[in-house]
Amino acid sequence: MNNTEIVKAGLQKRYAREKRFQFYGKAAVMSGFVFLIFLLFDITTKAIPAFSITEIMLEVPMDRSSLELPTETNAGIDDEALASINYAGLVKKALRSQFPEVTKRKDKKLLYRLMSGSAEYELRRLVIENPGLIGGEPLSIWFKADDDVDTFYKLKRVTSRIKAQQVEFIETLKTESRIRTALNWDFFTNGDSREPEQAGIKGALLGSFWTLLVTLMVSLPVGIAAAIYLEEFAPQNRLTDFIEININNLAAVPSIVFGLLGLAVFINFFGMPRSVPLVGGLVLSLMTLPTIIISSRAAIKSVPPSLREAALGLGASHMQTVFHHVLPQAMPGVLTGAIIGMAQALGETAPLLMIGMVAFIVDVPGGVFDSATVLPVQIYLWSDSPESAFTALTAATILVLLAFLTVMNALAILLRNYFERQR
Amino acid sequence: MPTTSLFLMIAGLGLLAFFLSFQRSARYSGPTRLGSLPHHYASLTAVWTAFPALLLMIAWSIIEPGYLQQQIEANLPTEIAGQSSDAIALYLNRVHLAIASQTVDADPVVQSLVVAYEKAALHSRYLNTAMVLVLCLGGIAVGLSKILFKVHARVGIERLMKAFLILCSGVAIVTTIGIVLSVLFESIRFFNAVPVFDFMLGTSWSPQTSIRSDQVGSSGSFGAVPLFLGTMLISLIAMVIAVPIGLMTAIYLSEYATPKFRTMAKPALEVLAGIPTVVYGFFAALTVAPFIRDIGESIGLSVASESALAAGIVMGVMIIPFVSSLSDDVIRAVPQAMRDGSLALGATRSETIKKVIIPAALPGIVGSVLLAASRAIGETMIVVMAAGLAANLTVNPLEAVTTVTVQIVTLLTGDQEFDSPKTLAAFALGLMLFVTTLLLNVIALHVVRRYREQYE
Repeated sequence: MNNTEIVKAGLQKRYAREKRFQFYGKAAVMSGFVFLIFLLFDITTKAIPAFSITEIMLEVPMDRSSLELPTETNAGIDDEALASINYAGLVKKALRSQFPEVTKRKDKKLLYRLMSGSAEYELRRLVIENPGLIGGEPLSIWFKADDDVDTFYKLKRVTSRIKAQQVEFIETLKTESRIRTALNWDFFTNGDSREPEQAGIKGALLGSFWTLLVTLMVSLPVGIAAAIYLEEFAPQNRLTDFIEININNLAAVPSIVFGLLGLAVFINFFGMPRSVPLVGGLVLSLMTLPTIIISSRAAIKSVPPSLREAALGLGASHMQTVFHHVLPQAMPGVLTGAIIGMAQALGETAPLLMIGMVAFIVDVPGGVFDSATVLPVQIYLWSDSPESAFTALTAATILVLLAFLTVMNALAILLRNYFERQR
Repeated sequence: MPTTSLFLMIAGLGLLAFFLSFQRSARYSGPTRLGSLPHHYASLTAVWTAFPALLLMIAWSIIEPGYLQQQIEANLPTEIAGQSSDAIALYLNRVHLAIASQTVDADPVVQSLVVAYEKAALHSRYLNTAMVLVLCLGGIAVGLSKILFKVHARVGIERLMKAFLILCSGVAIVTTIGIVLSVLFESIRFFNAVPVFDFMLGTSWSPQTSIRSDQVGSSGSFGAVPLFLGTMLISLIAMVIAVPIGLMTAIYLSEYATPKFRTMAKPALEVLAGIPTVVYGFFAALTVAPFIRDIGESIGLSVASESALAAGIVMGVMIIPFVSSLSDDVIRAVPQAMRDGSLALGATRSETIKKVIIPAALPGIVGSVLLAASRAIGETMIVVMAAGLAANLTVNPLEAVTTVTVQIVTLLTGDQEFDSPKTLAAFALGLMLFVTTLLLNVIALHVVRRYREQYE
């Protein structure tokens, strides 16, 4: 056998190996995609139930005797009397008149448990805002159902938390078309709550907003200034090298270590309050600073030197050259880096756990000094909750977070493309 | 005046100084023109006005509490001042409480002390405001007097700006120093309570220290080996997933894929790195872990519902882009001549890749793998949500293990006082984490840089 024959004999095998290798490559690329699609699909299907909520219509009597108010029609009703009306009792009364056949104490309890705890507050708000309703006709109002009823009605899932008796009630309501599913606006307009049907993400959204605002205000100017110095002014010496190595390493330090830094320095040493967006924003800005510095440096580096030379040649000072000519040219790149850094900060959870942004906070924060939580931490908190309705809320919050991230990243890409075409 | 309005006043005066100085310097023109532009003089005046005043304000806010405390102590009646220091401290607490809550204490002595305190506070505030005002006005005067040809306002301002730029680039160093100092100090305090060797080599981890000394079952043993092992196990599973897939992805995208597919696929895969880790954690805990448990049970294995496998697999997927992106860069940096040479000798493309390109790109690939490993070790949310809390000393991926990051989070989100060894242990773990990832990063960056130099 000569060499050609030896090579030919092995050829089949080698080609097969080549094909197999290419197939592995394709499979590797595809597996990444498959996983991504599966992840998004899984979260979306889990999230869908959170966007709708089950409501039950009740006829609430509005006559004065039901409200336990003085019966003389001309007697004025002061705010105190309005506030002290037994609204919870009214809701129960309406339920009882809906199901007159229910008489046993135990059954009544089950009946009352159909409604969300928020029903009485809704009624109270309605009456206090419109005192004219008092003494009029009974009102037909859609109230939110309890989360167990909601899960049962929306998903047709029978759980141990719903009793046979309650199922009958729901069936009756259905035949009278007094039960429906509606859009769950409260998910976007409420703060956190222990009751899934009342819980919303407004608090977390605003918490994220305030935190990111602090992050942006600190990390953008500092990042740009550092990038300008390192790229335009810094002499080539040991110190500059050290700073550079430092920045590269900081970019790879685990985020939780920044949380430890925030806890030890900002909270224990400087005595700043826990769980406020100000501290969260400062910690996140230290974390995003390397990203912004690195991308800003790249942007400044890509500005053609001829521009600098022209400005210097016309007599501009070094500082004027940088701030009047180089920086405006580099701005698109700087902003792209800033947006990507902000997107990173928006999705970050671990360092914020360290500085106490995991508290259960119902109020919507109104500033950087109010206790707050942020979207990713809200996801973490809810994913731990035992109620199954919280799983849907968690997934829905994830979708909101991903939507924000998508918008931010799309903005960064658009910005980059737009300015690349301009050149 | 409270700090905010004082700050606003300084800012307002600074602006006023800017406009005054701008108008005045803008008047010079023609033969009497100045050495710099009007806004240079204006900025310099503004700095003169606001900067010293701000410094004073900050200094004052640091000194003031101590000064006021001294005022109270000086006014203490002799019969109280003669008591033990504990009694005095208790007494002072009452005074502070009355001041903070704006209530009237029953004790007339406390009342008189509150009055004295408030008087001193008022004086201090007046003095502070007056001094700030004087400094600001003096600053305006100095600034305006410097509107002269011989004053190089531009140079002055540019020097200040440069100082600001240098300060900002120092933030990176300050951050690193801050990290090192904060974890180091707390760790040293921890190692004073728990010997280093017990921590590094102990095999039992149960950080429940007692609040009272007579409580049961709260020995508080801090042997971190199960944590290190758990971290390594989960990271290893993640690397087993991420390295082959990431590497093959990089090879396919750089060697086989058409440019069109490449420009589409690369950003799409990088989406995986952009998804917040808390989302992966949710997915791992609620979808992957039950799935693995069900599969395990169907073939008769007992799988923990918080198995290391679930957290590891999801973490592996997360770091695929870290491996693929960097490997892709280094593979593309291999000179085309090496490919051409190998192909010309009759090797197939896969043989070229396996025998020529990979060996040539190996240092870079190793660097990317090390970077991904440091990412996996430091990753927190996936393991917090999907891995267990119990420190099992095991290498069985189907059992629940805990990691360093999980323990840091659980130790610090509890409600123990800050000085207990339990919370300090978190900082010792943080130190370990920081040192490990730092080492990995330094080695990886060094290797990658060396490799780049080789082909440039």
